[in-house]
Amino acid sequence: MKALGDMLIQREPFSEIVIGNTAIVRAMVESGVKVVTSYPGSPTPEIAEAINSIKKEERPFYFEFSTNEKVALEVAFGASINGYTSCVFFKSVGMNVVADSFVQLSMMELPGGMVIVIGDDPGANSSQNEQDNRHYARLSYTPILEPKDAQEVYEMFLKAVEYSKKLRSPVILRLTTHTAHFKQKVHFGSYVPSDLGLPIFNVKKNGPYIPIANNVPVMKRKALEKLSEWGKISEEFAHTSKNNSKRGVITAGLPYLSLLDVLGDNVEKVDILRLGMVYPLPRKAIIEFLKSHEEVKILEELDDFIEQYVKSIAYEEGINTKIIGKIDLDDWIGEYTPEKVKIVLKKVWPDLVYEPHKKVGNIRVIQRPPQLCPGCGHRPVFYVLSKILSKDDISVADIGCHTLGFLEPYEVGQVLLSMGHSTGTASGLSLFNKTRKVVAFLGDSTFFHAGLPGIINAVFNNHNFTLVVMENGTTAMTGHQDHPGRKIRIRNLLEAMGVKHIWEVDTYQIDKLEEVLKQALDTPEFNVVIAKHPCMLKFTRERRRKGIVKVPQMSVTNKCTLASVCITKFACPSFQRDLEGRIYVNKDLCIGDGSCIGVCPSGALEFEKFEKADNTESAGDLK
Amino acid sequence: MTQTIKEIKTFSVFMVGVGGQGIGTLSEVLIRAVDYSGQRCIGVDTHGLAQRGGVVSSHLKIGNVNSPLVIPGEVDLVIALERHEAMRGLSYLRPGDVLVYYDTSWQPLPVRLGREKEVQNVEIDNFAKENNINVFRVFYNLPDVRMQNTAVLATIAKYSLIPQVRPEHYLKAMEDLMNEKVYALNKEVFEKILSE
Repeated sequence: MKALGDMLIQREPFSEIVIGNTAIVRAMVESGVKVVTSYPGSPTPEIAEAINSIKKEERPFYFEFSTNEKVALEVAFGASINGYTSCVFFKSVGMNVVADSFVQLSMMELPGGMVIVIGDDPGANSSQNEQDNRHYARLSYTPILEPKDAQEVYEMFLKAVEYSKKLRSPVILRLTTHTAHFKQKVHFGSYVPSDLGLPIFNVKKNGPYIPIANNVPVMKRKALEKLSEWGKISEEFAHTSKNNSKRGVITAGLPYLSLLDVLGDNVEKVDILRLGMVYPLPRKAIIEFLKSHEEVKILEELDDFIEQYVKSIAYEEGINTKIIGKIDLDDWIGEYTPEKVKIVLKKVWPDLVYEPHKKVGNIRVIQRPPQLCPGCGHRPVFYVLSKILSKDDISVADIGCHTLGFLEPYEVGQVLLSMGHSTGTASGLSLFNKTRKVVAFLGDSTFFHAGLPGIINAVFNNHNFTLVVMENGTTAMTGHQDHPGRKIRIRNLLEAMGVKHIWEVDTYQIDKLEEVLKQALDTPEFNVVIAKHPCMLKFTRERRRKGIVKVPQMSVTNKCTLASVCITKFACPSFQRDLEGRIYVNKDLCIGDGSCIGVCPSGALEFEKFEKADNTESAGDLK
Repeated sequence: MTQTIKEIKTFSVFMVGVGGQGIGTLSEVLIRAVDYSGQRCIGVDTHGLAQRGGVVSSHLKIGNVNSPLVIPGEVDLVIALERHEAMRGLSYLRPGDVLVYYDTSWQPLPVRLGREKEVQNVEIDNFAKENNINVFRVFYNLPDVRMQNTAVLATIAKYSLIPQVRPEHYLKAMEDLMNEKVYALNKEVFEKILSE
């Protein structure tokens, strides 16, 4: 078995098949990054997985998961002004969390250099929106690089560190879901360990660092001066293919690759200007490209960021080239996969798009919505609440695995904004509301991330609703990262914040859970139920690692009267129906947790008779 | 214009299954096996981490290609790890192409709720016949559910479903990714299926 961690810190150059997220870690090692911070969020958590594959004592930099993205950014900032090259990474909407501190960075001298890696999510594969974070670059005068594949993720990170140190300025490396997960053989360079050096924070030499009063215009001027330097660097990242066509395309990132696949042999019929730095844009390269073409299509994912700039340049320079930007609303929505680029390009130049004639006929494809895992400790909470809430009551979802409660058959969780929003939103919903009960949810990682201010507000302003803290002991949705709950007890915090009514219940005790939730919902002031059960996905994986493969599973006995509560209300995916309509347990799925036993009205769910198998060797786990 | 994709000798694979079935491992073995065969390849897994129990897919492209994402209707081989997902996978194919699927059923919610009928083999077979698609159904009594991947890989190797990739390439890739014990167990299953 190849050991990734050893490869990532080897001195010699090497080539290996990796994803963009892994390639970035080798770039951190080679470029002498000393401090790395993060809050987990898709599509970036594999960066942390790659970091954690290197033994802690051999890791050439410090790494932490911080409480939230903003804290992570501030830790990285503190390291950089002390002369240590730093990197912070987080998902697209994490940008909103960091914004308050992030917008100040470009005004500061960062002698260590600092790279902000964001994982944007066109197509909203695992996010609540498709926000285009290029806008933040413009808002804060921060340059932004956009790689097209895993090799370029690695190369651009090295460049980002180099220029960031040189200009003592922050720089963003913007990945999107499929550059982060782009898998290819990446060619890496050599690694020469560098000295740590002494902390160099020095206000007289590098300051000011206090953006107040007279300092602000001075610091802003510095940011703008650096931005114009970045504008020159941007030209280096602009690549033009010349076929002397009258038609040209300006594009960047993964959409560029989609374009090449869609064009096929027609690639010779257009010229392409590919941008590597998407803010500030390479003015010279764009002017030259516009001047040498009659029609230019701007092919960009999400918003019309490049389009607006290109059009303004054309206006300022008096260039009459026809500039074709977004045509309709569909052009603003979704990831620019090859399939999507086909549709986008066809609206402009249909002659360039190849359509195969042969396709299979219509086929019955059944929707498969995501669902809570077998044995999930959140399931009993949604099962009970869907039973005891009246149809007028209001449930407020939050971010986490438990968001999935909004789906059929539970439909618990009816409104969602962002991490930790639930307590604030529930407070608002409880105003002028004496008739409809309000219940909010919060995961344990999110409790620490952004949940505390909303809870304090509810206590302080006497709001009236029930908060259910879904405590599973991990940041489950993003792959089981650790969180402060390991050291800090949620109940203690709630008590210290002045919450008067607190219940704690293991969610597998369904009767007690129901009793507690009923009591909580009838309490006429703010109250909290801590609904606890360890993440069973994590638990079963750890169990397998210990070599335990076979455990007693559930079986449906002949007491079954087909009340079907296990399927239609409790909805554990292990329960299936055969062609005659009988219910059985899918042995591939059941983890033998028994959380379902209490839901069957006829008591038909029992553990199967089990003899310990000889074969306890795990055969599927890679690690 | 005729079929560009075929002419430039590229080969696209679409893998699909249910979250938890091990599509990630399968795609990792495949891309390494293709690499060992000396061909250029790129790939990408498409998963939201919130897709617990939802559809998980992975793309692999071989040859002179640019984006790792396949175009539905322009795929050469679909690998499905489950029956309902085999139906989804079929929609990515053209007549004349190949589907290989593991014959197990992880019923999606609409089936469990009784709103849709469970997909049966005969539905897959009939559709494939009508559309001139070659189907390889894989099913074995395996010592571990999580070896269904390996059974599928062995079938792909046995019938040379990916051009120029030979059994030893798959085994080398598996050895890269698995610890000694796990590799030994999977190799046994792989070779047994190959020799049958």
